[in-house]
Amino acid sequence: MIKLTIVRKNRYFDSVFLMQVAKRITAVPGVRDASALLATPANKKVLTELGFGHGEREADFDAAGPNDLVIAVEGEEAAVRGVASDPEAWLQRPAARDESTLAAGAAQREPRSIREAVEARPDSSVAVISVPGEHAAREARAALDQGLNVFLFSSNVSVEDERALKEAARGRGLIVMGPDCGTAFLCGAGIGFANAVRRGPIGIVGSSGTGMQEFASLVHAAGSGISHGIGTGSRDLSDAIGGISTLTAVEALEADPGTALIAILSKPPGEQAARILMERLGTCRKPVVLCLLGASTAPAGGRRVLAASLIDDAVELALRQSGHAGTVQPRPLAETLRAMAASEAAKMKPGQRHVRGLFAGGTFCYQSQAIFRGAGLVVHSNSPMAGMKALADPRVSRESSFVDMGAETFVEGRPHPMIDATLRRRRLEQEGNDPTVAVILLDFILGAISSRDPVGDLVPAIRAARDSAHRRGDHLCFVASVCGTDEDAQGLAAQRGTLSDAGVFVFSSNAQAADFCRYVSQHLSLRKGSR
Amino acid sequence: MAEPFKELLAGKPVFINVGVREFGETLRRAGYDVVLVDWSPPAGGDAEMASLLDELL
Repeated sequence: MIKLTIVRKNRYFDSVFLMQVAKRITAVPGVRDASALLATPANKKVLTELGFGHGEREADFDAAGPNDLVIAVEGEEAAVRGVASDPEAWLQRPAARDESTLAAGAAQREPRSIREAVEARPDSSVAVISVPGEHAAREARAALDQGLNVFLFSSNVSVEDERALKEAARGRGLIVMGPDCGTAFLCGAGIGFANAVRRGPIGIVGSSGTGMQEFASLVHAAGSGISHGIGTGSRDLSDAIGGISTLTAVEALEADPGTALIAILSKPPGEQAARILMERLGTCRKPVVLCLLGASTAPAGGRRVLAASLIDDAVELALRQSGHAGTVQPRPLAETLRAMAASEAAKMKPGQRHVRGLFAGGTFCYQSQAIFRGAGLVVHSNSPMAGMKALADPRVSRESSFVDMGAETFVEGRPHPMIDATLRRRRLEQEGNDPTVAVILLDFILGAISSRDPVGDLVPAIRAARDSAHRRGDHLCFVASVCGTDEDAQGLAAQRGTLSDAGVFVFSSNAQAADFCRYVSQHLSLRKGSR
Repeated sequence: MAEPFKELLAGKPVFINVGVREFGETLRRAGYDVVLVDWSPPAGGDAEMASLLDELL
């Protein structure tokens, strides 16, 4: 077995393409593992921790920077050297498969800039931008200058740039969805991480991407649908931004004849932003459901503004207020959850005390904290809400910890955990080896851009962790929710079924899964107190 | 005042994709018109230099 790194200077590829390259190399007989990453400091650190970058070609690796590509391969010497002998062969894009590209003439050069793209299609209306953060504001500005609305997936954009972009957009009747915008549903088109949901009377405005996915999927499951879902970016309702995109979105949905009700999903807003928002909602001609995740009190609003603090509650309110005739899926009763939790807790050893949540969805990390906080429980997190404790090192859990695996630390220069399960799988293995862990809480997010098999990516690690816990005499409990619909390519029923077969407690929503975990946690602390 | 975002919600969007190609290709597979931009970091990857050039040009 050898480990080798190959550096290609000044080669840019997007992180999803690089993940596919790594998968193709890993499939070579004799190769044990491979990564293809931009040589950002974070990625170099991960590779160094995995034992790469020493010995042969060490100088190239040390000198590599964020504009360079590094391919790291581990395996039998002949296989690794085979890959290293012709790295360019692995970096060829597969020929365009879809007919629209072929019909347009495969020989035709792709535009190199937004300006060239608009020249090719003057009727373009939305720019979908997902370049690395330091280049994102520049591309968004170019898009606005061309009269385009912007969906800005990139994160790591400064607050100043965000505000300037949003003000420029508003002055022109355009919108900037983002930065850090994961999801939008426009006129039936799912942009970014979006689920296959039917169209219907409920419009969504959301600063939280996975929150919008969960809301839309639960609305779909109840038989209703979404008119549009407009992402605004995680900071839009902070006082620094003042809800500029939220206001544009609310006005557009208010004017949209296909929208009967507007649901707004966000973390609690800043004081000033809340005032601006509530003033606007007070004159809104359509009913509004305002879901401020984890908020203990709702801001005073117009009589047609209904407040919720959990996504499930917001869905119920929205269905009812939009005149949905179908039945809402019943939730598990509290007493049923308590009984199940008691039976799980009874199987655990006294040393097993902690809950570890490993989330692909940032909103799920946040909402789970809200549920624990509501029950008087404190957890550590790399993205702590008020009242919770910050993790000193996001890579190492303490006591009960909820980790947002989509946070900057984990996604710099590599795909989001919804697409690439590698880091979450490693983290799961790490948590499974900790004898103080009682429960591992997970989320699985389906949709067009997500992994083809999010559950399959982690199930082998779940089984291995449980078996190894069993060997040391522990009972490790796995709890999960799956966000998605029966029309998503991964298949909601199939994904849920695979989890159930692996002995995981599967719930219809993150709120329900987190609720069950807090019951288990309460039982464990009672047990500790009774000793 | 022109209201291009409100107009967008009433029609069928046409997309320009800059960055992760999978985003654009997914929309294309779903039947939407998408122009894929062959993007690479400007001016050898120097974002600050690129912004200065924007202002000059």
